[in-house]
Amino acid sequence: MDWLAAHWRDVLDLAGNHLYLAGVPLVVGLVLAVPLGWAAKRWDRSYLAIITGAGLLYTIPSLALFVVMPLIIGTQILDPINVVVAMSVYTVALLARTVADGLKAVPDHVEQSATAMGYKGVRRLFGVELPLAVPVIAAGLRVAAVSNVSIVTVASVVGVPQLGNLFIDGFNRVIWAELVTGIVATVVLALALDALIVVGSRLLTPWRTAGGGAA
Amino acid sequence: MNILFEWFGDPANWSGADGIGQRLWEHLWYTAVTMLVASAVALPLGLWVGHTGRGRWLVTLANSARAVPTLGLLLAASLWLGPKLPGDFAYTVPSIAVLAILAVPPLLAGAYGGIDSVDGAARDAAYGVGMRGRQVLWQVEVPNALPLMLSGVRSAVLQVVATATIAAIPGLGGLGRFIIDGIALADYGQAGGGALLVAVLAVLLEGILALLQRRLVSPGLTGRAVGGSRNDDDSAGPEESADPTVDLRTSV
Repeated sequence: MDWLAAHWRDVLDLAGNHLYLAGVPLVVGLVLAVPLGWAAKRWDRSYLAIITGAGLLYTIPSLALFVVMPLIIGTQILDPINVVVAMSVYTVALLARTVADGLKAVPDHVEQSATAMGYKGVRRLFGVELPLAVPVIAAGLRVAAVSNVSIVTVASVVGVPQLGNLFIDGFNRVIWAELVTGIVATVVLALALDALIVVGSRLLTPWRTAGGGAA
Repeated sequence: MNILFEWFGDPANWSGADGIGQRLWEHLWYTAVTMLVASAVALPLGLWVGHTGRGRWLVTLANSARAVPTLGLLLAASLWLGPKLPGDFAYTVPSIAVLAILAVPPLLAGAYGGIDSVDGAARDAAYGVGMRGRQVLWQVEVPNALPLMLSGVRSAVLQVVATATIAAIPGLGGLGRFIIDGIALADYGQAGGGALLVAVLAVLLEGILALLQRRLVSPGLTGRAVGGSRNDDDSAGPEESADPTVDLRTSV
């Protein structure tokens, strides 16, 4: 506790960075996953291609992606943007499938009713199908959020500061308080993001019973 | 890209105690040992939970442990156990212990989820023709649960491969060494080369395991044997539902 009392400002700074590095890709990933998921649902052939491609991207270990990213997008190796892009890739990979499955789960008769009421194309997607898919998408988003927060800690190796720095520094200098603070802060951040998504999902789906929540 | 070609092109990087061959071998060896240990614990446990319906909290507990950052766990274990162990064990034992712990949730979820999702009618029919609990488990539940169980195994293997890379930070061998040492020495050819090797290894393993899964799963489940007579409507085919890989995997 003494360590934390002396360093809480640094911890907060790192947590802020961490939130940025894990959170921005979550938003970017979701925005990109919606059209991909929609395409996967719309055309059966693209479903397999998109799901397989996403699965392969998700297979690449994070440390490898962080290191290879600058070679692909032409940035400096220590640039935080590498981490943001890499995390966005993971998020898209995870969510494209979720969005597709969520949209597929919208019952046919609902889509047909919407069409009959004059909902077409993009308006039907955003007005009817996506809102109904929110619980499924939120479940995927929760997985992505928790895993993003954990993966981002590895970015310390490529010189991008966030809560993972506390583990590495605590390990190198044998300061247990620092190492444990890092782990606890990371878990707290992950759970906070998770809770935020649960609340957001409930607010977006007021028609669901209060006890149901996002599965 | 040139620095990559240079690194891969240098024969000195391929042989010896810290060459690509040796590091690749180490990486596969850690992965195999970890999977053996983790499977020995998680698969029987998952089958038991699924078959008896008892102890479901174990699965929930294992899943919620995923929020714990892998790197933090690795470093904490190394800092704690490392000084107590002699020689190379100081690096291998804590890392492999953590790798095994992290492989448990996907294995457990796959085994439990597989058994749990077996059609109740199939189970009832098995009891109805006079099978005992053990027979139902091995002759009906396990074959039906295989797609999900193997998805769990795939997720676990990929995760172990990825995490073993990170375990190079507290000093484990394997392909991660190239990345960590390369960055430490500002030798980005080495770091990038190592990263590429890890990525290729992961994708190759995923492909091999996917093929293996196709061969092991009963044709009656995948619909391969039935030829053209499958239901041709838009209901999700068994092949689709048999592959929920993404959700089982943890973060690394």
